[in-house]
Amino acid sequence: MAEVICPENELITIEPEELLDHTMKMKKQGFRLSQACAAYVEKKYELSYSFAADDGSYLLKSLRIVIDPEVEVSSITEFYPYAFLYENEMKELFGVKIRMINLDYDNKLYRIRQETPLKVDRPKAPPKPAPKVPPKPAAPANSGEAPAQKGEG
Amino acid sequence: MGKQSTVPFGPQHPVLPEPVHLDLVMEDEKILKAIPSIGFVHRGLESLIEKKDYQEMVYVVERTCGICSFMHGMGYCEAVEHIMNLEVPKRARFLRTIWCEMSRIHSHLLWLGLLADAFGFESLFYQAWRMREKILDCFEMTTGGRVIFSVNTIGGVLKDMEPDHIKAILGAIEWIEGELKVIRRTFLFDATVETRLKGVGVLSKEEAHDLGCVGPFGRASGLKVDTRKRGYAAYPEIDFEPVTSTVGDCFARCDVRINEVFQSIDIIRQAVAKLPEEKDLNVPVKPVDTPLGEYFMRVEQPRGEACYYVKGNGTKLLDRLRIRTPTFANIPGMLKTLEGADYADVPILILTIDPCISCTER
Repeated sequence: MAEVICPENELITIEPEELLDHTMKMKKQGFRLSQACAAYVEKKYELSYSFAADDGSYLLKSLRIVIDPEVEVSSITEFYPYAFLYENEMKELFGVKIRMINLDYDNKLYRIRQETPLKVDRPKAPPKPAPKVPPKPAAPANSGEAPAQKGEG
Repeated sequence: MGKQSTVPFGPQHPVLPEPVHLDLVMEDEKILKAIPSIGFVHRGLESLIEKKDYQEMVYVVERTCGICSFMHGMGYCEAVEHIMNLEVPKRARFLRTIWCEMSRIHSHLLWLGLLADAFGFESLFYQAWRMREKILDCFEMTTGGRVIFSVNTIGGVLKDMEPDHIKAILGAIEWIEGELKVIRRTFLFDATVETRLKGVGVLSKEEAHDLGCVGPFGRASGLKVDTRKRGYAAYPEIDFEPVTSTVGDCFARCDVRINEVFQSIDIIRQAVAKLPEEKDLNVPVKPVDTPLGEYFMRVEQPRGEACYYVKGNGTKLLDRLRIRTPTFANIPGMLKTLEGADYADVPILILTIDPCISCTER
């Protein structure tokens, strides 16, 4: 039987100013940038940078930064030059402000009419209802009959 | 030193079935630099999460691509299943493995035909696509579709394979194995093919790693990475090793893909031999159950690692779905192989990453 490794995802939330330090560490440890993406949740950007180990361990470590829309983040193309496509996509589809991308398409990577089409406010998830517990039968009255429940009769 | 000029390549070009544009900065016949432009057919499938619930999105996601549609659907389902802690029945996991490998055979045979067409070997193109028809027939027999299959669902699969279907699949892959051994000789030992492919677009192992290359493109340069080893579907119970080469040129990419077809045939045989007898094909998902959490799922598509990021907020509509396709990851590697190449080799160099623009423009 072949050896198959099933590592779990590792997600580390960091401060925006720590992004370059952590990215440099990933680069030094030999990780490959597997993907980078943005999400717009509750009027904030969640940027995720996933790094994969190609040493046979199949680890996937993700860095997460959460920023306000007006905050500008540094490009990681200094360490991973091929991140330019991911960063241009974040910029164009979500409107994330990224400085110093090595190849900046200036919002012309995708030929779309709508500006930042994925920056959409989504309805907030309602709190999950408490599990329904069947009403306990009332204590038997003197007559020995349970009282009629609401809605009955 | 000659004068530099910029030559536009694409988006409409005889060798490109889908639109991608390159600005080639050239000096005489040599390419100094290539600047890509994509986005001509961007569809915004990811934004459909605003309207379609997480179960309907299975059918949207598999429409990302017409070649690896099954794997797109499966990758998304596995990500959601992981968030919802659903345990997929064992038979469904094996069926997914069989359909995955059939997709890989289909994709690689299609690519071999396109490559032969690109270097002008028409009869070789016909032979590769003739073999591919057998796999499409098997898809039609087992799923009812030749392009979009719609057999994946959150929690398993929707259709089973009857004993007759399995017999037909085994017969088809045996026929393909025999036929591929014949055309393999032409692909790997014919002088005209060697002249067009050997020594063209060499990418070293270090360069492939530094540029984030995935799939057969990276493995042809010596990267021993195959996301199937991570363990999803029934791959933990299948014996296989990544197919690699150390040469890193166009010829090596062709060699790796041909060997991967043989490997897929072997994996299908293993999966059929271990296919458990079970009636359950999927676990029922209650209407009140909704995904809450996030997961990065990676699957090995014919073109390489694809990454699905799913973030659920506890409602039926997802917060975010992101599909990172292998072609998106291989574009920087392709640009590197173009640097210093002859203009005449551009079509071959683009084709050897097996570009799928419809995936990239999801």
